[in-house]
Amino acid sequence: MLRIGILGLQGSVIEHTVMLKRLEDVKPVQVKTADDLDVIDGLILPGGESTTIGRLITDYKLKDRIIERARAGMPVWGTCAGMILLAKHIINDDNVHLGLMNIHVRRNAYGSQLDSFKTVMLIPAVAEYPIPLVFIRAPYVEKADDGVEVLAELDGKIIAVRQGHLLATSFHPELTDDLSFHRYFADIVAKSTV
Amino acid sequence: MDKERYELNKNLAQMLKGGVIMDVTNAEQAQIAEKAGAVAVMALERVPADIRKQGGVARMSDPKIIKEIKRAVSIPVMAKARIGHFVEAQILEALGIDYIDESEVLTPADEMYHINKWDFKIPFVCGARNLGEALRRIGEGASMIRTKGEAGTGNVVEAVRHMRTVMDEIRKLQNMPKEELMSAAKEMQAPYDLVVYVAEHGRLPVVNFAAGGVATPADAALMMQLGADGVFVGSGIFKSADPAKRAEAIVKAVTYYNDPKVLAEVSEDLGEAMPGLEISQIEAAQRMAERGW
Repeated sequence: MLRIGILGLQGSVIEHTVMLKRLEDVKPVQVKTADDLDVIDGLILPGGESTTIGRLITDYKLKDRIIERARAGMPVWGTCAGMILLAKHIINDDNVHLGLMNIHVRRNAYGSQLDSFKTVMLIPAVAEYPIPLVFIRAPYVEKADDGVEVLAELDGKIIAVRQGHLLATSFHPELTDDLSFHRYFADIVAKSTV
Repeated sequence: MDKERYELNKNLAQMLKGGVIMDVTNAEQAQIAEKAGAVAVMALERVPADIRKQGGVARMSDPKIIKEIKRAVSIPVMAKARIGHFVEAQILEALGIDYIDESEVLTPADEMYHINKWDFKIPFVCGARNLGEALRRIGEGASMIRTKGEAGTGNVVEAVRHMRTVMDEIRKLQNMPKEELMSAAKEMQAPYDLVVYVAEHGRLPVVNFAAGGVATPADAALMMQLGADGVFVGSGIFKSADPAKRAEAIVKAVTYYNDPKVLAEVSEDLGEAMPGLEISQIEAAQRMAERGW
């Protein structure tokens, strides 16, 4: 049984939990303290507000432990705000949170809520059929540095990236019914624990 | 607003869950709120406590203030329109903010009708004292609900009443046999399909925040333990002695609402809270929760 944690400080925590419960052999675990990080095989950073979550992981000492475990090989997947937390560079913000992925991210890159949108796309690495993608005040990757594999681009903007055991998406698979991305991540976690 | 847009609008509210939305009246306050960890700010000309004190007609804020606040922060910006004032809502939509609060805190523009929120692309949050009221607003297109509470009082008792009422009514619907749901819909004056949804799922079809009278980290955690998805704090922050510290404490209290040790820690040495008001001492005409239907 894989234990996949969901950083449970703020945002789409329940949505990710519900998705993981639908996968066989995966047990979702809500992570609120540094100690919770010791019992998981992989971690999802949910959607939400990156400034809020970034502040809380620092104040409650989760930040260093996440960085330490991710550097030691624990898979981490960030959706939307989670992508911002993972980035080494945030173009329109002075903060760097976890700084684990070699990506340059632009926050609120599409604009305000009026610019939020949904689309459908084939991402061959993840699913054999087109999957729904939901963008809510989403960021995108402006530049991917060495070691980063681009999984998907939309209108010339990078919206999904992988760097070994680290995964980041501009959009929210947890807001759809489609399990492909959760299955894809669970697979990364499964391979990392072998 | 088509169905897909409505889903996207509900989705943004989902992203705010577990967070605190703070009332701010200028760019500087907005930055303090963002730094403290607010998930969104509500741009206002006057906080409810001042509206209450100064009286007169309270209207939508000056677009200039809203634009300044929008420029000052990266988190979502909300603003209030008067109940039924669909032109104020059109203006707020044109400003490109993220959410409109059709709010009883402002003086109602229409005593009969709320805004038809389906006419808009922008999302709306509306206040409710009970399940029927919440479902009527959702029926009109609201993609987020909050308790009304009694804004600007620093007294959480009405927010508690409204949250408990909604939760209690949800539990009752869940236990009803199907043939009773139409009568329940008739009694609570709510759309039948939404009553059926609540009976089947045991929750509202949209995110439900607490609002109105939250003044301390303990108040915020209380609302979360009663089932709120997050908390709005109006006058409670910038009418207190140390806004930055209190804002941060309330953010932490909402995240760790189930951890009394954290709550004790963050409640310490916050300075004076906003002055409180006893609800029974407010004249009926000044009770904001009774505005709207």
